[in-house]
Amino acid sequence: MNHRQFANWTYYVPYGLWIGLFVIAPVGLIIYQSFLNLNNHFTLQNYVTYFKSGTYLMMTVNSLWWAFLITVFTLLISYPAAYFIHQLKHRQLWILLTILPTWINLLLKAYAFIGIFSQSGIANQFLGLFGIAPQQILFTNFSFVFVATYIQIPFMILPIYNAIDDLDLSYINASRDLGATNWQTFTKVIWPLTMPGVKSGVQSVFIPSLSLFMLTRLIGGNKVITLGTAIEEHFLTTMNWGMGSTIGVVLIVAMVIIMVLTGERKTEGRLSR
Amino acid sequence: MTEPIIRLKNVVKRYDETEVLKGIDIDLEQGKFYTLLGPSGCGKTTILRIIAGFEDATEGDVLFNGKRINDLPANKRKVNTVFQNYALFPHMNVHDNVSFGLRLQKKFSKQEIDDRVATALNSVRLKGYADRQISELSGGQQQRVAIARAIVMNPKMLLLDEPLSALDAKLRRDMQYELRDLQQRLGITFLFVTHDQEEALAMSDEIFVMNNGNVLQSGTPVDIYDEPINHFVADFIGESNILNGTMVQDYEVAFVGKTFECADAGMRPNEPVEVVLRPEDLDITTVEAGKLSVTIDSQLFRGDYYEIVATDDDKNEWLVHATNPAEEGQKVGLTFDPYDIHVMRLHETEADFDARLEKYEDAEEEAGQ
Repeated sequence: MNHRQFANWTYYVPYGLWIGLFVIAPVGLIIYQSFLNLNNHFTLQNYVTYFKSGTYLMMTVNSLWWAFLITVFTLLISYPAAYFIHQLKHRQLWILLTILPTWINLLLKAYAFIGIFSQSGIANQFLGLFGIAPQQILFTNFSFVFVATYIQIPFMILPIYNAIDDLDLSYINASRDLGATNWQTFTKVIWPLTMPGVKSGVQSVFIPSLSLFMLTRLIGGNKVITLGTAIEEHFLTTMNWGMGSTIGVVLIVAMVIIMVLTGERKTEGRLSR
Repeated sequence: MTEPIIRLKNVVKRYDETEVLKGIDIDLEQGKFYTLLGPSGCGKTTILRIIAGFEDATEGDVLFNGKRINDLPANKRKVNTVFQNYALFPHMNVHDNVSFGLRLQKKFSKQEIDDRVATALNSVRLKGYADRQISELSGGQQQRVAIARAIVMNPKMLLLDEPLSALDAKLRRDMQYELRDLQQRLGITFLFVTHDQEEALAMSDEIFVMNNGNVLQSGTPVDIYDEPINHFVADFIGESNILNGTMVQDYEVAFVGKTFECADAGMRPNEPVEVVLRPEDLDITTVEAGKLSVTIDSQLFRGDYYEIVATDDDKNEWLVHATNPAEEGQKVGLTFDPYDIHVMRLHETEADFDARLEKYEDAEEEAGQ
């Protein structure tokens, strides 16, 4: 190895250490822990428990379902929003404003929503204008999905916006030129060509949504129990780290599967830029 | 005269303050190859986009077979476009690209679509390429697919937006022949946009020379080359020597301090004019036999001719195309025939130009009889 190569390698050291210590090592530890029982003996019992217990499987299905719902609602709101913002004159400013909420801590936003959704909060005051008595909004499935969707929207808008921005206007003109209506142009040209943006948006919303746990407690009032909640319980309350790790491993595997499914297929004919 | 397919009547296009088209009047007839020629930013592509329906005219009418189509959306117009960057859909293969427009109409059977796609691909010499991905094709092949995708729709008119600009020189020449051939076989009106005068001269039935949002001159390639209306057209189309002169009287023009016999007439006596002499019309001869005497400054070998730059005694520069080489620093004579001189009036409009031409050509014919 000559000097130049050595110098290049040294640039990777800080990042390599970071990855090693805070990504690879923890994942290794989780996998290792998942094979230990409460007495620190090696066992497969945790996995047997997980896959035999209806509760855990139900929780998994629940997590997937809620993450799915959150992703669908986020996408339904984000795609038109990204499309609309892209048509605006000061789109850079608008996209900045869209991203702005991500600069604020998640916990702060959750507490803000507790205020908004409480019995005397703005939401109920607004309903009061129409003569509707205060409703229980907080601690419902609705409020959980609403707040989770709100938090995830910027992460969906940004990749979709970028994909629309990359879309060459001449494709749209070509489609119109060949007789396509606006709707046909959207379904046959714009949507498929912005699919990479949608996919990476889905990835960055669905995967974190699988393990949401704080919102389930603060906004969902523990009525929504996801795998994230279960892991927190096992590590902090029941102290069954082995079982908590097992659920963690299941989550990691689920994430890998999602990434493979939504990942880009390289074999497809793609435009070289 | 047949009814034009497309007629633009006083079409004006403004973006905020800038006027990119300043009242365009154009008639395009069935089955001809038209070219909009001009430097970038002259508004030629804007005309194409207005006819295609991608842009609205600020003022004026766009007529299709006599009907106003200003408000007809692009997808309802019976014209198709070949885009500058081809705009082939990257997520579809060749067949799906070409059949895109037919599949939308939902009135053709799969067999019909396949047949028409095959015919279109055949006519652009891409037989057997239907299953290829767009990314697997070369630039020239993508170009052909783009043409096939447009002609499969049986348009009344094909709009081509600088379609050859991305190809290399050899391929571009081949495509010029092919486009011309294709247009004649299909009998569709082509409207071709280019900034390349060579392309325009080679392919067109009629050329519209544009600058700054105006059509300066329209006519056959030969007309425009031989009788440019003004300095800009003369300079833009081909190479030329342009000099200031004075029209002494009909068929007599003075420039570089001498008076020459010429073939132009119909101007005021002693009217200031510009004179065009094409480099290939100038012949090098001996100083004694020449109408002008010049000194050779430099010469470049261009393959089929020598490009020679020479200066006369009044420091005017002369560009000469000659088949034989000259010697640098040598003093030679230049000679030309009266009809090699083309005289241009300053600020003459195309209508006036045509009227004057007709007038003195009629007079010549009468004199000849």
